[in-house]
Amino acid sequence: MRLRILTERLTTGWIVAISVTVMLLTAVVAAALVHRSLPIVEGHSLGALLGGSEWRPLEGKFGFRPFIVGTVWVTVLAMALAVPVCLLAAIYLAEYARDATRAIVRPLLDVLAGIPSVVHGLFGVLLLVPLVSDHLAPWAARHLACLPGATPQQGYSTGYCLLTGAIVLAMMVAPVIISIADEVLRGVPVAMREASLAVGATRWETVKHVSVRFAAPGLVASVVLGFSRAFGETMAVLMVVGNVAMSPKSLFDPAYPLPALIANNYGEMMSIPLYDSALLLAALILMVTVLAFNLLAQGVLVVARRRAAQ
Amino acid sequence: MRRRAVEEGFFRALMVLAVALVVVGLLLIMAIITAKGVGSLSWEMITQAPQGGYYLGKSGGVLNAILGSLALAVGATALASIFAFPVCLYLQQDYAGQSRLASFVRTSLDLLWGIPSIVYGAFGFTVLLYLGMRASLLGGMIALTLVELPIMARAMEEAVRMVSQDLKEASYAMGGTRWETMRKIVLRQALPGILTAVLLAFGRGIGDAASVLFTAGYTDSLPRTLLDPVASLPLAVFFQLGTPFPEVQGRAHASAFILLVIVLIISVVSRMMGAKVSKYSVR
Amino acid sequence: MPHISVRNLTVAYDGQAILSDVSMDIPDRQITAVVGPSGCGKTTFLRCMNRLIDMTNGARVTGQVLIDGEDILAPDADLISLRKKMGLLSQKPQALPMSIYDNVAYGPRLHGLRDRKQLDALVERYLRMSSIWEEVKDRLHTPASRLSVGQQQRLCLSRGLAVEPEVLLCDEPTASLDPVSAQRIEQRFTELKQDYSIVLVTHILRQARRLADYIVFFYMGELVEHGPADQLLNDPRDDRTKAYLSGTIS
Repeated sequence: MRLRILTERLTTGWIVAISVTVMLLTAVVAAALVHRSLPIVEGHSLGALLGGSEWRPLEGKFGFRPFIVGTVWVTVLAMALAVPVCLLAAIYLAEYARDATRAIVRPLLDVLAGIPSVVHGLFGVLLLVPLVSDHLAPWAARHLACLPGATPQQGYSTGYCLLTGAIVLAMMVAPVIISIADEVLRGVPVAMREASLAVGATRWETVKHVSVRFAAPGLVASVVLGFSRAFGETMAVLMVVGNVAMSPKSLFDPAYPLPALIANNYGEMMSIPLYDSALLLAALILMVTVLAFNLLAQGVLVVARRRAAQ
Repeated sequence: MRRRAVEEGFFRALMVLAVALVVVGLLLIMAIITAKGVGSLSWEMITQAPQGGYYLGKSGGVLNAILGSLALAVGATALASIFAFPVCLYLQQDYAGQSRLASFVRTSLDLLWGIPSIVYGAFGFTVLLYLGMRASLLGGMIALTLVELPIMARAMEEAVRMVSQDLKEASYAMGGTRWETMRKIVLRQALPGILTAVLLAFGRGIGDAASVLFTAGYTDSLPRTLLDPVASLPLAVFFQLGTPFPEVQGRAHASAFILLVIVLIISVVSRMMGAKVSKYSVR
Repeated sequence: MPHISVRNLTVAYDGQAILSDVSMDIPDRQITAVVGPSGCGKTTFLRCMNRLIDMTNGARVTGQVLIDGEDILAPDADLISLRKKMGLLSQKPQALPMSIYDNVAYGPRLHGLRDRKQLDALVERYLRMSSIWEEVKDRLHTPASRLSVGQQQRLCLSRGLAVEPEVLLCDEPTASLDPVSAQRIEQRFTELKQDYSIVLVTHILRQARRLADYIVFFYMGELVEHGPADQLLNDPRDDRTKAYLSGTIS
């Protein structure tokens, strides 16, 4: 009997201790990054770092602007491609698809979510890069020249560019957005859907006026989570986006997102003063942005779940 | 009336198109990687480490990366399980109740889930520097553990949550302690789900490149100790693709194919495991 | 000719019959109570009449439900006008995620009514008809979810009436209400039967006694007996009906 109680106490202590450790982990990661990026923030003003567009580590110039612009563009573009498709797909799965269809598509989404990012990147290199450089970019130059952002700055595109990066990213975040949106839409009470159908609404009208409205917070959260996932994705984007340190002016220009900056330069950073600090600041920027978005999404999801529970 | 039917049909078609697009995209990825990869695949690729001049197109294979990746992922998955399992037990009502701590733990897990793996890589590297270590198998494992932990914990918690409170109460009613209830009821009941979670994290871990980029290093030989650098498959793809030689690039394709096959096998196995409910599960 | 006739209606779910071979007519402008122990197929029967049964995965429906001589189970039946014709009041009031006003105006708007004045008049008329107007007239544009359950159920009745149905299908409409709200809904039914045929699924035998003109008794998926309320309640023919009425089975 004594032994049983002792075991109970010990295991409880172990469980709680580990849980507290995990809880503190986020803070530890953040603290380490803050600590290591302090040297550069002390030497330069934050405004000059974030707003400056000159990146010459050897001369001590660290302007993050092109990288931030590159990250934002490639992410926004990816979301513009992914969100409409993903939401429509999620609505189909949640509201229209028969069980048999769901039973096929859901596992496929899990597979897609599990594909390693280098494989996505390689897919981009093998298929999308030639497609963009040989077909899409020339076609856009011929037919869409009047639109801003359709002609590359150098007059031609290598295919390693913003658009390619965005398409690859869109593929990668699709399973995240679809899974969450599908889950949220399935949370719409069946009776509520039926109440709408019962007064003679079509299924689409029911989706539009009732399901989407009811599920709106959750759908927003799914998009925000997808966004933050895309924001920090590294290898796949790195492989197809070109990595030229300038702010892109068109879809077919190369870009250089923050994660790629860290990945490409971490090796040699130790030889240049402040370089490591600058790169850790980049990591910190990524982390803070993503955390902010995730907190937002979690907050919205909590509201959504509470609503669904009513 | 007619307009409404047209609208219905239009959006329905659009939705089917969207689903088809996603599915076709997935199939296209698999088809292209397979088509390109199988061409350069050889017995040598999976049975040999790189020989001299390998990166110029001479003979050798990526055995170092395959074994390295497996070692990294196995180690990281084991480490992550040590953390994830207690946490998912803790998050049940039995331990956490309605305490604030539980909601903090849960939020922290959600946040960890969102942190990009490159950030874990950078963090892991600073930890290594701090400890005076260099890129190594151990360093890679630690960074990868951070990547896997939230994925595993989330999936495990879902499995554990499925165990009904009534079932646990049946155990308490007979005088079982919490731990006995966990070990004999919850663990047994949720076992398929827990194993699925472990495999899910393993699959993510083996494919992650950004976290091991600076923490595990890359080498052509196999590590002898935990403190030696180690190669990994995702980085093998990345580095070989970066060379100017078509033969080596072909091997990058083959390496990606190998990686894809490993990930798919894990995914199929975990699905089978999830479907197969253990003998004693109450449904 | 009666409004609704059911011919050989059979519903199977995963190969197991839930309703087998039901044939009957539902009288016009009366309250028809569908009674029987839970799980006997009452709700399924109701859901066939507006084809919400389509929403249930794996359900197979055979036979005919004729409304004004038209078989609504035919694959090419016009579901929208069918459902417009058949108002639904479900067990738990389900307010749509919008304002009180929009809840009532939801159906008419979908069916093409845009004129603001007409909509205003219509909303008022149907809110009055389910006697909730006085309680909500000052907060028409607040979310309907803030109403009490009893008020929500009456709102749902207004919403159903607003598309001008011919039949009201009610699935234990008072089951989740407090006694006062339940009584109000029952009062409305006795008035509404002047203009509508009402099919009322209930497991409360006393409610059927109070309201019904015609009673249908289901037992384990089978239509056991149906007839005018007086006759069925006072002089049941089948032993199972007798047992149910006397409370031996429930």
